[in-house]
Amino acid sequence: MTAKPLKLRELAKGEERFVHGHRMCSGCGAPIIIKQVLMATDYPVVAANATGCLEVSTCIQQFTSWKIPWMHSAFENAAATASGIEAMYKSLVKQGRLEDRNVKFVAFGGDGGTYDIGFQSLSGAMERGQDMMYICYDNGAYMNTGIQRSSATPFGANTTTCPAGDAIPGKLQQRKDLTRIMAAHGIPYAAQASPSNWMDLMKKVQKAFEIKGPKFLNVISPCNRGWRSQTNDAIALSRLAVDTCYWPLYEIENGVTKITYRPKEKKPLVDFLKPQGSFRHMFSPQNEWMLKQAQEYVDKQWERLQKEAASFGAEEKDK
Amino acid sequence: MSKKFWETLPQGSVVLEAGSSAKFKTGGWRSMRPRWIEENCIQCMFCWMYCPDMAIKATAEGKRAEFNYDYCKGCGICALECPGKKGNKAIVMEEEGK
Repeated sequence: MTAKPLKLRELAKGEERFVHGHRMCSGCGAPIIIKQVLMATDYPVVAANATGCLEVSTCIQQFTSWKIPWMHSAFENAAATASGIEAMYKSLVKQGRLEDRNVKFVAFGGDGGTYDIGFQSLSGAMERGQDMMYICYDNGAYMNTGIQRSSATPFGANTTTCPAGDAIPGKLQQRKDLTRIMAAHGIPYAAQASPSNWMDLMKKVQKAFEIKGPKFLNVISPCNRGWRSQTNDAIALSRLAVDTCYWPLYEIENGVTKITYRPKEKKPLVDFLKPQGSFRHMFSPQNEWMLKQAQEYVDKQWERLQKEAASFGAEEKDK
Repeated sequence: MSKKFWETLPQGSVVLEAGSSAKFKTGGWRSMRPRWIEENCIQCMFCWMYCPDMAIKATAEGKRAEFNYDYCKGCGICALECPGKKGNKAIVMEEEGK
């Protein structure tokens, strides 16, 4: 199948496979991501979902927002569920009981269901080489249950299980770099994307669907409740995350790192932290060291990524 | 939708009707209401792409149409992302009920 042209007017003519009436919060980033992912392709898609905001609010008894076959079983096994569906499909096709329609298998999970709880099943599915894609929408905490810290929570963030106060000034650890961990499994495709750069995200989804084997896509998903920001800034914040290089857009295809978007001017990290109430305590005079440390970490990561990409010489020019 | 009881629900918690959440209208959540000013609209479709509630209708030609107020939760992403024409936004947020 040739890749669908990514023109907004052409896309707007198509049928939506993720529909309105879901009960995600006003201004949530996750439905934008799901919509973009499903819009990017014309292949039949079957999805598995880890427990999380997306699961509880898109599938409430009698109501579903999905127009594709969709399954939820538990928090920790979205990848195992998707692997099972994929294995069953392959078997049925082999037995001649089902016609092969080139179905694509996707698992969606939040950062809690991916970085922490679902990590073992995800790692297993990647290692087994299942022909599926795992998409993580990373909002940086367990937002569904009331903003508890996860291993995706950025350094310094104030959450209900690492509250900023006299004892500790928010989370003291850096976040886990899951995209690199997944790439270290030796999978054919691992990438990082942002809903603000929709073209980049959809291209990555299209590319991944053409690759046989396990794929991983990590997408930043602003959460105005947990990040303590405004309801209207999901896209603005994800753009800032990209422009400050907190969330660089890159892909690792067969071990070759490529930066797919390079901000024209790398903005200081405070631009991204300032609009978020969960980092407010970092701007008080006694916590200045935190801002410095957070910036140093982002700089170091970005430096390393650039070096890595340069060593392969696969860098794409700015468009 | 009429109330269903466990005897009449399909077994195994399956939902047999795809996209049935369209029957659940979320427009009542809104406290701010977006208004589309067509003469300032350049048809960039960014609002349509960035709407988390699929509450912006598109015509058969792929052009932007009116808001679907049955589902719009009034987050204001569309108004913030709207590039407008010559500095005039094509979407403005107004307080609901005024």
